[in-house]
This record gives sequence, structure tokens and C-alpha cells, in this order.
Amino acid sequence: MEQRRRTHARQIAAFAALGAGVVVFLLLNIGIGSVSISPAELLACVSGRPVSDTVYGIVWNIRLPRTIVVWILGGALALAGYLLQTFFHNPIAGPFVLGISSGAKLTVSLVMVFLLGNTAGISSALLIVTAFAGAMLVTGFVLLAARRVHQMSMLVVCGVMIGYICSAITDFVVTFADDADIVNLHNWSRGSFSGMAWANLPVMAVVVAVVSVLVFLLAKPMGAYLLGESYAQNLGVNVRALRVWLILLSSVLSACVVAYAGPISFVGIAVPQLIKYLFRSNRPILMIPACFLGGSVFCLLCDLIARTMFAPTELSISTVTAVFGAPVVLWVMMRRRREA
Amino acid sequence: MEDRKSYFFTTELCVGYEKTPVVTDITVSLERGEILTLIGPNGAGKSTLLKSIAGQLQPLGGVICLDQRNLSQISREECARQMSVLLTDRLQAELMTCEEVVETGRYPYTGRFGLLSADDHRIVDEAMELVRVSELKDRLFAQISDGQRQRVLLARAIAQEPELLILDEPTSYLDVRYKLEFLSILQKLCRCKKMAVILSLHELELARRVSDKMLCIRENRVYRFGTPEEIFGQGEMTALFDIRTGSYDEQTDGLELEAPDGAPQVFVIAGNGSGREVYRRLQRQGVPFATGILSANDLDAPIARALAAEVIWTPAFEPVDEKCLTQAKKMIDCCQTVICARDSFGSLEQANRELYMYAQTAGKTVET
Repeated sequence: MEQRRRTHARQIAAFAALGAGVVVFLLLNIGIGSVSISPAELLACVSGRPVSDTVYGIVWNIRLPRTIVVWILGGALALAGYLLQTFFHNPIAGPFVLGISSGAKLTVSLVMVFLLGNTAGISSALLIVTAFAGAMLVTGFVLLAARRVHQMSMLVVCGVMIGYICSAITDFVVTFADDADIVNLHNWSRGSFSGMAWANLPVMAVVVAVVSVLVFLLAKPMGAYLLGESYAQNLGVNVRALRVWLILLSSVLSACVVAYAGPISFVGIAVPQLIKYLFRSNRPILMIPACFLGGSVFCLLCDLIARTMFAPTELSISTVTAVFGAPVVLWVMMRRRREA
Repeated sequence: MEDRKSYFFTTELCVGYEKTPVVTDITVSLERGEILTLIGPNGAGKSTLLKSIAGQLQPLGGVICLDQRNLSQISREECARQMSVLLTDRLQAELMTCEEVVETGRYPYTGRFGLLSADDHRIVDEAMELVRVSELKDRLFAQISDGQRQRVLLARAIAQEPELLILDEPTSYLDVRYKLEFLSILQKLCRCKKMAVILSLHELELARRVSDKMLCIRENRVYRFGTPEEIFGQGEMTALFDIRTGSYDEQTDGLELEAPDGAPQVFVIAGNGSGREVYRRLQRQGVPFATGILSANDLDAPIARALAAEVIWTPAFEPVDEKCLTQAKKMIDCCQTVICARDSFGSLEQANRELYMYAQTAGKTVET
């Protein structure tokens, strides 16, 4: 009982810390930059009180939408990773290593270059649908591979290879695209949160919110599934249906991220692992909200660094996430080796 | 043979993977409160059958009935309340305490988000108490021993409050004390909670003690089905497992290694259990031996039968006759060494005394 109370206290504290982290980083991301914005100015901006035009423009047109997008997509990415890790019973699964992000990137760039000729004319919804198609395509390949290889590391190798193939084709397409598109495509295809506008937000927010709620509703069967498929089945879980749901929902989330920000590495793997050890639990009912918050904090931090570290030059977001995320992956693999 | 009123029965059941039958034509029945044990060689299909009964494998033919209903017509959710399993597949429990593992047994009874009620917690506590793992409550499941893990899993299965409990080789990792405890708990569940239990076991001696019914599977079919009395006879197990080296004695459950080859070099005067360890020592040294004179119901008899090259027998409860004695003396003539395992000779054991004397006068090396 004592133990249980202590675990609960820890988990409540962890949630509080994550919540606080989101708020703090939202403020920092809006505040820090070539022009500093104080919380008071931000408050004034949001509540409609008069501020200088520059401040208003920076906050309202640039930093606020970007920060909100990072908040939403960061959470979505971590959640997608958690779903894939659950699905494959594999702690280093994630949309990026399994090539799913690259697949989505491929289809999106194909559509952009061949069908529409420019990025401006593409609606948010179409982007997501296109990315989803690519994500599902690669997921299909990965699933086929998973049937044949049962080793966790081999599965990841398969995913990485598929990812490389998709990236290669993407690069090929980008090389032959019109000059005007290349600049946009190039930034996007390396992963970046720059240039996010209010127009991007509604569809993205609705999709991520709906999917996240659906994921949360799956928390109970996911918990049983984590015990192993035969035990889940014995507990009355429709394993086949659950697997389909996990793949669909994680693909929608990955697709949503790629459609707007391009492929972002390591968030999907690293955040769920960190959260798991922060909470000392792998219960989906905790992990799902915690991963979302954790992903937001992680991406807000990384985007802040990407934007400000070498300003005015902006780093691609994956550069930063890899620096923080890759060591986590190494740590996880090392731990497993030790425990096994 | 099946009884259609039984709580559990199968009729002409055929199980296997993707159209490849593993075991065919299984017809068995089981009542509430009974234990059915599956025995048979490795790879005979015991696990396949258990998985099919647990609803994890679609049967290839025939029917499985539970409580008068065809298993295929019972919903997933209801199945989960009717039966629980303890499988050989490792249960993944990353960062879960033993208590949390047991709590997963309550899954079929909880709501949308799987939160446990006070009642659920009470049932979990009781299950852990029953299997005596309460003190493991807060330990991480990944960090306890295999034996403890098996008991926690049993508690989990009990917390699921099933009517039918399915266990695949549950005693494999347990030491002898926990094997006995584990099976005693199963008996208790059968008697007190009227659960039906189906399990597979490798330990024949335990299987015959705990089972109300036994199903022997060999080479894709049912070899025998019945009560232990019906199953264990003369050499059934030897045939079932195709024992070629060594022997299994069905009367005493004794296992002996292969008898040394060749003509007897040593004669062992034994009786009343004094010879057993001598026989086994000679077996370890690879020395073929003869022994006698043993009454057919002597404690040494089963081991002598398994290990000795020659045994001079006398029928149970009959005095040793002259012919038998002469035969024994002839055998001593052929051996260089005589080992006398008896400390003293009883009044109905004068034949052995005579053999002992004979060996000494014949100039044999006599060890005692």
C-alpha cells in the first residue's frame, strides 16, 4: 500500500511537471527570438490590448501559430511512436526509424511536384491524406517484413532501409522539380516547423485531437495487449481489430506531422522511453496523455534551439531532435542488453 | 465416449495450424471440480490442444463445448470470464509489479478504462493470499524468480474467476516443494470453487496423483483417455513416450537409467530395499550384475528388474525352493565378486544366508 501511494505521488508530480513544462516552453518559444517578447506583451497581444505593430506581427503571425503547431505535432509524434512501440512490442520502434515518415514524405513531395507544381495550392486536408497514403504504404511493407523477421533489431533495419529508399526517391524528385518549389520542398523534406501559419491549424488540431481521444479510448485493450497477444486474447481483447486500430491511428498521427513539418527523427522513440522511466510505468492510461505532453515539451525545446542557437540561420528540427533523441535510444538498447 | 451433459467436452475435435492437423479425433469430457491432465511426448500437440480449447486457435474440425454451449458461439468477453490461462508464452510485464500483473486478471470485469473497484482489489488480494505471493506484491514482476513468477501467474489466472482453468506445463520451472504446493492449490480450487482444470504436465508421477482424468497424446492422436487407474498399467507409459534407454516403472514411478550390458560380473545378495543403492552404484560404474534371491514383492524388485542382467526370483509370499537356490548358486559360480547388501539375515531369509556362506567357501571376493 505504501509503495502504491509513493508511485501515485510520483506520477502526479510527473504530470504536474510535464504540464508546467508545456506552459513554460510555450512562453519561452514565443518570448525568445530576434525580438524578445515579455509575458505581459504576449498577454496583451492575445487579449487584444494595444501593443506595437512589430510585436503584434511577430507574436500573432509568426511565433504564436508556430509554437502551437509544435505543441500539437510534438505530442502527436510521441504518441505515434508509443503506438508503434506497443504494436511491435519493440522499444525502438517509431515512425522515423520504421521509414513511415519517409514514406509519407515521398508521397507528399510527389503530389506537390507533379500534380500541383507548388505548395501553396494544396489544402491541409489533401496534404494529410497524401501523407497518410504514403505512411500506410510503408507500414504495409514493414508489416510484411515483420512477418518474416522476428528479431527486433532486424525489423528496425528493414524500416531504416525502406526509409532510405523513400528518401532517395524524394531527393530524386526534388532535384527535378521547378526552382521555385525546391526551396520550400528542401526545407520541408528535412523537417522544419518554420513558416507555420494559422491556416494550417484547424484541420491539424481537429485530426490530432480526434485521433488522440480515440487512442485514449483504446488504453484498456492496449494494456492487455502489452502482456502478450495470447494473454490479451484470453482477456477478451479482439487482438486483430486492436492491431488494425493501432496501425491506422499511428499512421494518421505520423502523416499529420509529416504533412506539415516533414519527417522529424527520434521524438517518436525517445519521448515514450523517457516518459516510461519518469513514470516508472508502462500503463497506457498514463502513458498516452504523458507521451503527448512529453512530446510537446521535447519538441518545443528542440524547436527553440533550432530557431535561436545559430540565429538568423535556422537548424532543421531533426538535427536538434537527433542530438537529444539518439542518446536516449542508445541508452534504451544498453539497458535492455543489461536486463536480458 | 463423450458425455453430452458434461461441463466440458469435445467431440471428434481436430486441432492444428492453418489446415495442418496436429492432433485429430479428440473426444474427451470433464466435469466441474475435476482435473484433466494432458501427457505425451514433446511435440505431441499438447500445447496446440490447450490453445484450441482456450480459443486462441480455431479448431480444424469437431466441437468444443463449454457448459452446454459450443465454444465458437460464446462471445470473446464471456469467454474471458469463463476461462483463464497460464501459458508457456512469457507474459510481458514491463515495469509492472506483481500486484499489477495479478490485477490484469480483472480485465474482463472492469469498465471502459480498466479501473479496478474495491471489490476487484479484494479479489486480487484473495487470489494472491491463496497462492501465497502476497509478500511479492510490490516487487517488479521482471525481477522475481521463475518459480515465483509461475505462482504470480496462477494468482492472476485465479483473479480472473474462471470456471475453467487452462495451464500449459505450469510446474516446469518449479522446485519440488513448489510443484507440490502448486498442484495442491489446483486441487483446492477444484474442491472449493468447483473449477475445472485442464493442464499439461511432464511429471508422470504428479500427473497420476493429481488427475481425475488423463489424456495421453502420441503421434497425432489420442493414445488413451481415462482415469489414472485406467491409464497406468503395464508398460503404457513406456509405449506412450517410446522409452528406449532406461526404464520407467509404472508401479512405483521409479525411473532408472540404462542397465549395463553384458554377462553378470557381480552377484548382489539383496532384499528389503538393501540392494537398491548397490544396483545403482554398479549401474554408474557400468558393471553388469545378477541379484537374488528376491521375492517378487520385495522393495528391491522394481530396481532389480530395471537394472540387473539376471534376477533370481521367488514368487511373492512363497518360500524359496531348492531349484531357485541351485540356480542362484550357479549364478554365483559365474561371478568373480559377490556383494552382500544384507546386514543380517531374518528367519525367513535362510536361503540368502546359505548363498552368502556358499560364496565364501567358493573363494569369491565377498564384499559387504
